[in-house]
Amino acid sequence: MLRIAGLNTHYGASHVLQGVDLEVPEGSIGAVLGRNGVGKSTMMKTVMGLVRPSGGEVELEGHNIFGWAPHRVARAGVAYVPEGRLIFPDLTVVENIKVAERKPAKDWPVDRLFEVFPSLRERQGNRGSQLSGGEQQMLAIARALVSDPKVMLLDEPSQGLAPLVVRELANVIRRMRQEGVTILLVEQNMKLAEAVANRLHVMVKGKVVYSADPERFRDEEAEIRSRYLTV
Amino acid sequence: MDTLAFILTQCVNAFSQAALLFFLGCGLTLIFGIMRIVNFAHGTIYMAGAYLGYTSVRWLGGFVAALMVAPIVVGVLGVLFELFILRRLYGRDGNAFLMVTFGLALVLGDAVQVVWGAPPLQVPPPAALAGIAFFLDEPFPVYRLFLIGFGTVMAIGMWQFLERTRLGLLIRATSQNPDMVHALGTDVRVVRSGVFGIGCGLAALGGVLAAPLVTASLGMSLAAVVDAFVIVIIGGMGSFLGSLIGALIVAFVQVFGNYYLPEAALAFMYLVMLTVLVVRPGGLLGKEE
Ligand SMILES: Nc1ncnc2c1ncn2[C@@H]1O[C@H](COP(=O)(O)OP(=O)(O)OP(=O)(O)O)[C@@H](O)[C@H]1O
Ligand SMILES: [Mg+2]
Repeated sequence: MLRIAGLNTHYGASHVLQGVDLEVPEGSIGAVLGRNGVGKSTMMKTVMGLVRPSGGEVELEGHNIFGWAPHRVARAGVAYVPEGRLIFPDLTVVENIKVAERKPAKDWPVDRLFEVFPSLRERQGNRGSQLSGGEQQMLAIARALVSDPKVMLLDEPSQGLAPLVVRELANVIRRMRQEGVTILLVEQNMKLAEAVANRLHVMVKGKVVYSADPERFRDEEAEIRSRYLTV
Repeated sequence: MDTLAFILTQCVNAFSQAALLFFLGCGLTLIFGIMRIVNFAHGTIYMAGAYLGYTSVRWLGGFVAALMVAPIVVGVLGVLFELFILRRLYGRDGNAFLMVTFGLALVLGDAVQVVWGAPPLQVPPPAALAGIAFFLDEPFPVYRLFLIGFGTVMAIGMWQFLERTRLGLLIRATSQNPDMVHALGTDVRVVRSGVFGIGCGLAALGGVLAAPLVTASLGMSLAAVVDAFVIVIIGGMGSFLGSLIGALIVAFVQVFGNYYLPEAALAFMYLVMLTVLVVRPGGLLGKEE
């Protein structure tokens, strides 16, 4: 569904993505782990078109979307849940969702989103800035779903959330997978990534250096953790 | 003249002045809110609106036609200016916009002088609005009453447009986080062009409306840009409601200041602005950045 090959991105002189190779098959969840600053968010922004790549390939369902402007990437079927949620603080919950609802949603209309995220229904008239971190995360996911995406880019959704909320988040992610949403997940919370992903990838210095399915990953976890993930 | 009639007269003057200032300030604040650029040409665009209004009245023979034609022409020119010039500058620091819009003010100001000449031009109010209405035995110019009514309708219209329409929602969202709007599937470049056009069109509309009161003159542009800046600084850069409140405050200070202390009216306006800045640095309804 989503294929990234040899993706390179520079910020000025600093070479952040140095040839990322990654594939997320349809209906699955691919999780990317990695230390702070290795380029995980940069990869998401590059796929989304928010950052200009300097080389490589990005394909969605076999169609090239490399170097496209963000609105075209979004319209092609990629939905973005950024690191830090980036909810519109002065818009209400409903308005936040409506910004992304470019045409009436088929799979994820607002009613259905409120059923998946009951807390958002209760707070639908509240402004984004009045929500808790967990509610903002759910809203960011709802806002992405309303466009009926083929692929969702989900960047560190568990960041700063209480354990109970992280568990709720894991359920939401599983539910999306059941409904056939393909997800590229970036996570620092290894337990969450292991619990939901079909395949795990480790990024080091702008490259994916290790990929495995959850079973093998669990077997090799201790070694991966010490080699690639702890500081 | 008794006190009540006096106050009423001054209020009509102030509210009608506020209507003109609202068009000026609202356009400037919309442009700032969404593009984070300070449009130095705003006063000149207002002036160009007044001159275009003059020509529209002469050619098309009607004030109503002028009210529609001048803002549309100026709005379209604004969109083109954004498309071909401003668009190249996003991502650069604010000074680039300062220079370019200042340059636009100079060029447009000279162009107006070349086309229409230096002497001020009279724009008669439409016949239906030229008269005087009596209330409590006091005379009120019908045109000023019209300005109050028209300004109120347009302010409510703009507010509803921003709150209820999809484009209004996108404008508000873009002012909060343009990249996120872009990533959610809307081409923010189109929103930016549109808002620049709307802002310029509103300024031109204010210029057309002002012409029958003050004549179309080259001097209007400086006064207008100063007023516009004071309004948005008082109300808060980027806040629609702030521009409305700012316009009301500035209008009342100008009208009552000119009556009681004409020599110090301008200084008094700056004093009000400074007071607001000290108490709330981001303006009454603005955010500190
Ligand atoms: N806009 C930018 N300009 C210049 N350098 C940047 C920019 N954004 C990120 N970087 C740098 O690029 C590198 C990768 O950043 P990125 O945000 O992609 O890391 P990350 O893997 O998502 O880290 P984290 O786990 O902390 O979110 C970092 O060294 C960062 O400092
Ligand atoms: Mg990151």
